[in-house]
Amino acid sequence: MKTILIGIILLLLQSCTTIEPWVSPFERSKLADPIMSFSRAPADSAYMHHVRQAREGARGAEGGGGGGCGCN
Amino acid sequence: MRAAQKAVVEVVVVVTKFLKTILPIVFVAVTLPAGAKVLPEDRSDVMYHGYDGGGVTIQGPSVLVRKAYKDKISVWGNYYADMISGASIDVEATASKYSETRTEYSLGADYLYDKTILGVGYTQSEEDDYSAQTFRVSVSQDFFGDLTTLSMGYAFGDDTVRRNGDDVFEDEAQHQSFRLELTQILTTQLIMNVGVESVTDEGFLNNPYRSVRFRDSGSANGFSYQAENYPRTRNSDAMAIRAMYYLPYRAALRGEYRYYSDSWGIDAHNGEVSYTHPIGDHWEFDASFRYYDQTNADFYADIFAFQDAQNFLARDKELSAFSSTSIGAGASYSFGHEGFWVFSKGSANLYVDYVMFDYENFSDVTAGAALGEEPLYQFDAVVLRAYLSLWF
Repeated sequence: MKTILIGIILLLLQSCTTIEPWVSPFERSKLADPIMSFSRAPADSAYMHHVRQAREGARGAEGGGGGGCGCN
Repeated sequence: MRAAQKAVVEVVVVVTKFLKTILPIVFVAVTLPAGAKVLPEDRSDVMYHGYDGGGVTIQGPSVLVRKAYKDKISVWGNYYADMISGASIDVEATASKYSETRTEYSLGADYLYDKTILGVGYTQSEEDDYSAQTFRVSVSQDFFGDLTTLSMGYAFGDDTVRRNGDDVFEDEAQHQSFRLELTQILTTQLIMNVGVESVTDEGFLNNPYRSVRFRDSGSANGFSYQAENYPRTRNSDAMAIRAMYYLPYRAALRGEYRYYSDSWGIDAHNGEVSYTHPIGDHWEFDASFRYYDQTNADFYADIFAFQDAQNFLARDKELSAFSSTSIGAGASYSFGHEGFWVFSKGSANLYVDYVMFDYENFSDVTAGAALGEEPLYQFDAVVLRAYLSLWF
């Protein structure tokens, strides 16, 4: 019984350490398409973050590098 | 026969031992292939931006240039200006219209080492009555077969606040932000991003020109104004989750949800969906919808019961309870795919957002109605970006 338990635990540990990346580099052509970018034009994204920070109470976690607008 | 069985068992044992030894090495080799992390693209963007709404027009240029050297270090610089004219409703009732310019210069560098990018940045922003400098550091690391990217950032801002027409007044404010982001490839067509950011502010955080209303029976219209007063500290936390999906016919669908909460009592949610649809080799069209909603700060009131009614007083519409709905549309035309002059390609872009703001407890004092009967304020704004992007 003890052996079986140890065996199961070892098997689980083995399965944990052998989770392999499931999307190979050659399968990422669609993800590499420029339309699949969270922030395509950095100047545009930075500007929209600035406009929203000035008009809304919320700030932070806007994505694309973050940082404040340094303005009042 | 027994000897043959023994030999088979021995072979199995040897193979098992070999696999046990080699598998972790293979695993490491498969999960950590070399050289996939790359620096951001070499590009320059020349943009005109315009904001028009609520009695205020803000426009100006933004020029961004980024160039890498030996695929190891990428440096960038940005010049940005806001030319502001008009007056928002917050100051319209108590002050005259104004015009001013804010100029901002940023410089930064990103250094690529194996699967890690280290970034530093500095921004200097100048107005007649406000100076701000911000320092940033960040680190971004790819792992798990480059399916996962973890990035962290820290920023420190140091501001000096002044008031036009008042040579005596000067105060300061400091800001710090910590950011953590995880981007994960989920399938061959789906990518997800989760981010959290905490910001702390300390110092003079209100606008030195804005006022609050309080009831005053001695005044003809029933109220008077006094200067607003904010707490000198503010802590906020925001978390966002984003996902992007590549549709079967080459188009992208993007969704985002963000939650925000701060020590001033503001809770905010926003959600956004956007869709990108390319047509042919040159055109890309975008459509987006965004909804934002927030509660008011604890010390906000449209009108206070009497003068100095409490320690902290605010009537900024940005601290009131409100929601906004944005509809965006845009087009991008790319050209010169075979390269021209020193550039590898270029694109011309035009994006417009139409934003409708609806305030829930901020009255329109300029409407001229009697106290208590003023309509709630609302306004629409147009946010425009027209830019040329060139890659080299």
